[in-house]
Amino acid sequence: MEHTQSRPAGVAKAPSGLMDGLQRWLPKLVVAPTFILIGIGIYGYMLWTGVLSFTNSSFLPSYDFVGLAQYAKLMESERWLVASRNLAIFGGLFIGICLLIGVVLAIFLDQRIRQEGAIRTIYLYPMALSMIVTGTVWRWILNPRLGLEKLMHDWGWSSFSFDWLVNSDFAIYTIVMAAVWQASGFVMALFLAGLRGVDSSIIRAARVDGASLPVIYWKIILPSLRPVFFSSVMVLAHIAIKSFDLVMAMTAGGPGYSTDLPAVFMYAHTFTRGQMGLGSASAMLMLGAILALLVPYLYSELREKRHD
Amino acid sequence: MNTFKRHLTALAVSAALMPAAALQAGEVEVLHWWTAGGEARAAAALKEMMEEQGHSWKDFAVAGGGGEAAMTVLKTRAVSGNPPAAAQIKGLDIREWAELGFLTSLDSVADAENWDQLIPPRISDVMKYEGEYVAVPVNVHRVNWLWVNPEVMDDVGVEVPTTLDEFFEVADKLQAEGYIPLAHGGQPWQDATVFDAVALAQLGPDDYRKAFVDHDMNVINSDRMEEVFTQFAKVMSYVDDDAAGRDWNTATGMVIRGEAAMQIMGDWAKGEFSAAELTPGEDYLCAPAPGTTGQFTFNVDSFAMFSLTEDEDIQAQKDLARTILEPEFQTLFNQNKGSIPVRTDMDMSAFDACAQASMETFKASAEDGGLVPSFSHGLATTSYIQGQIFDVVTNFVNSNNPDPAKATDQLAAAIQSAM
Repeated sequence: MEHTQSRPAGVAKAPSGLMDGLQRWLPKLVVAPTFILIGIGIYGYMLWTGVLSFTNSSFLPSYDFVGLAQYAKLMESERWLVASRNLAIFGGLFIGICLLIGVVLAIFLDQRIRQEGAIRTIYLYPMALSMIVTGTVWRWILNPRLGLEKLMHDWGWSSFSFDWLVNSDFAIYTIVMAAVWQASGFVMALFLAGLRGVDSSIIRAARVDGASLPVIYWKIILPSLRPVFFSSVMVLAHIAIKSFDLVMAMTAGGPGYSTDLPAVFMYAHTFTRGQMGLGSASAMLMLGAILALLVPYLYSELREKRHD
Repeated sequence: MNTFKRHLTALAVSAALMPAAALQAGEVEVLHWWTAGGEARAAAALKEMMEEQGHSWKDFAVAGGGGEAAMTVLKTRAVSGNPPAAAQIKGLDIREWAELGFLTSLDSVADAENWDQLIPPRISDVMKYEGEYVAVPVNVHRVNWLWVNPEVMDDVGVEVPTTLDEFFEVADKLQAEGYIPLAHGGQPWQDATVFDAVALAQLGPDDYRKAFVDHDMNVINSDRMEEVFTQFAKVMSYVDDDAAGRDWNTATGMVIRGEAAMQIMGDWAKGEFSAAELTPGEDYLCAPAPGTTGQFTFNVDSFAMFSLTEDEDIQAQKDLARTILEPEFQTLFNQNKGSIPVRTDMDMSAFDACAQASMETFKASAEDGGLVPSFSHGLATTSYIQGQIFDVVTNFVNSNNPDPAKATDQLAAAIQSAM
């Protein structure tokens, strides 16, 4: 047996060696271009932006290094401070409200209601729109002369006033509204998937013990959805930090620069005002903000995996 | 890669334009954003004139976005040694490009055509780098115009205001009758355009130049600048509450429809009135912005000319520069664009009343020093300082309790940090 088998194996050795080699190398070869492109296109340019942020590049890149001068300029810039504060307001409210609405909607939908599929689609649909469309629609709705306020006046409620969009103290909250409208359905879908994954025997056991439905959700189900919370926060935080198109479509940063976000600041300085160094510095600070969220998250995720 | 692409496009172009290619003449590639309405017709006319001279014309694709996308492509192409022949660059940006060594001297054309005699020095200075022409001006816009709906004024029984005090008086009366006194769009550049006019009225041309061209801190950080901000806030208080984010032409529409009485805007606004088939002097009036009679804030569109390598292309580029300043094109283009010719020796009889008035003020102010570059349109200072001023002005006018003293400090700090 051994003898007869070893011969064909020996004969087939050369081609199978080639096949093996190919099999071993083919996947690497196939993904190599992608890796190279990502390496250059994302990490390479990230590094380059970092380098540029230490130079006095104006409207073309230059390599006159000026140390941290651009960062110092950034910290003195009133507009950057407004943009950062707006990001804190926008990010905090956007993530918080999206999570709240998403969880509540998901729990309601989880009650085995009729037409769940249709309702789920309706709530999820805003996610299919681009931010530009969302921004334009909400700009029309909230514009006092075109939208809600005019409608109320036409219906006879002439004292109705809602001018947040054109009021520099409140305009940032209108951006939160539009963003929440867009993203909360998505959070709902994530949580719904999570809820469906919860073992129903646990819930039944809790029922037997006499726990009411709110208590079951609050004490048992939601804590078990921690990973879903984490992923939602990560996704929403990304959307918040890179938010650009929504602001451009809704207010273009206005009134004044009261709804400026860091991404809008970066674009304006790098591409419109020919201040590449300053723009790069602001981009690096945005990257820092994302990393500050991402690193603890990755750390906790990886640690959990090790425990499993 | 780039040369490959270039060959490919050259191939495509020559295939498309066989007769032109057969002449073996040069090609001008032109970056412009005259893509709509009268401007597009004017660009098409320029293309025709170039083709009559045997050259071929290639439009540089501009994909919107206020020209920023196009500028990015232009930078990339300039750095990789493959720039277009001409690009629509204006004001102080011309100098920045020239400093980097991308632009070519047009002095051979300028000398032959005697540009120094045709163009007022204050404008030709902007086109020159180290004494040599590197760009060719196309037109002159006057920014400090007040556009008026006469029916509204008659209805209330007021005259067109000529000073800021008169403006406030007239505006109060208009407001009492339920009209919006001043149509305006709350965008940073529009805020700056009005600020531009108020600053000129308050400071006068000499101090305007000191503040926005030389950045003299004695003028910028002074009580007089504080007064500019105070008056500016007062002017802006006559704007309706919903102006935020409104486009300038929507604001012009409000004047046309008689909802609003006046608008402070450059003479490109005329295009909106013409599109509504209104006659200047009858259906709408153009007057100098309050307090700036006899003064002229200019905004000049221009083409910067890049260094090229092929001899035929260089010839075509020179022909382009010459053609742009020829009376035929100047008349045709400026009639379509609402601006006035940059040459002061032109016959203005074919132009409308506003353009004729503009030309008269242009010539007179070029003599007496009332001609100033508009900072709000990038003719006075770098785009960085301009942006810094925009930030202060727009923040001031949009805050719920504007503080002129604080704004003056901010303006000084912002300009200082950008110098």
